[in-house]
Amino acid sequence: MAWNLDSDRPIYAQILEVIQLRIIAGQYPPGEKIPSVRELAAEAGVNPNTMQKALSELEREGLVMAQRTSGRIVTEDMEMIRTTRNQLAREQVQMFVDKMERLGFNKKEIVALLEQMEEGEQLQR
Amino acid sequence: MSELVEVNNLTKFYDKKKLALDHMNLTIPRGRIIGLLGPNGSGKTTLIKLINGLLVPTEGEILINGKRPGPESKGCISYLPERTYFQNSMKVSELISFFADFYQDFRPERARQMLANLRISEDARLKTLSKGTKEKVQLIMVMSREAQLYILDEPIAGVDPAARDYILRTIISNYSERSSVLISTHLITDIEQVLDEVVFIRDGRVLLQDSVEHIRESRGKSVDAFFREVFAC
Repeated sequence: MAWNLDSDRPIYAQILEVIQLRIIAGQYPPGEKIPSVRELAAEAGVNPNTMQKALSELEREGLVMAQRTSGRIVTEDMEMIRTTRNQLAREQVQMFVDKMERLGFNKKEIVALLEQMEEGEQLQR
Repeated sequence: MSELVEVNNLTKFYDKKKLALDHMNLTIPRGRIIGLLGPNGSGKTTLIKLINGLLVPTEGEILINGKRPGPESKGCISYLPERTYFQNSMKVSELISFFADFYQDFRPERARQMLANLRISEDARLKTLSKGTKEKVQLIMVMSREAQLYILDEPIAGVDPAARDYILRTIISNYSERSSVLISTHLITDIEQVLDEVVFIRDGRVLLQDSVEHIRESRGKSVDAFFREVFAC
């Protein structure tokens, strides 16, 4: 998951999403340390204060926890990771549905189209 | 503690006729990376030269750590001018000794590491280097000091995109809560992600000072797009 940042949205919100995705995808596993603010800022090519703000927000949400010594670890609360995953999935589906509705499809037609495509793929195999 | 830089009512006339800075007020706090943005002739370089004590104000004042520019401020400001000033006959290695003699806060090992990362030979003479490589060498020297304020006048204009990324990453990893970086540039797209704040200047006055995130949030567009709108010809 690379840092493909859009130019017209706040950077903070975008780096938050990338880190959430990395946690959900297991790139940063539960209970493991995530890279430091400085490392993440350099990797993403963003301002360190902005990265700091994004990590503080993740901490507030509970997805990462500050360690007593230094740095942050990913939560071991699998339920919380699953909740975040579902929430992101819902947002993606909502965006997809919005686009399809702009193309003139209703929900029923969208589902029918998905099933049709699924069958097509199975036939090809 | 006083602000890192305070610019109060600063005015600069050239030859008593040409007004370059017009009662400018500006504060540069510690621990920020700030973009100084404005069209050609808006006063960016004049302001930078005044902060560095290379020009004398016509009116108003500049305070660095509460004091006017002088030997003390030169000791804590690392300045990259828009033109190179190095002796062309010098070798890169001689330049390193030169900087080490001149500045107490210069870290030769940091400079050598960056030169190695960009595959620039210490044995090379400056006159044999391309324009872009010379600019890289100069920036490496400037960033290898442990200064309180780095002032970079058009630091990335002449270098290729890959080196540009390296330079920006260098600025990010050098960042500390005590020091600030002031970058003047036209290439906003390349650097806006790295900046905390931007200062737009026009006709020698500060038009706006705001955080990059606030501009993106409130205007729904990049700083680059906003700049084009504000300064549309």
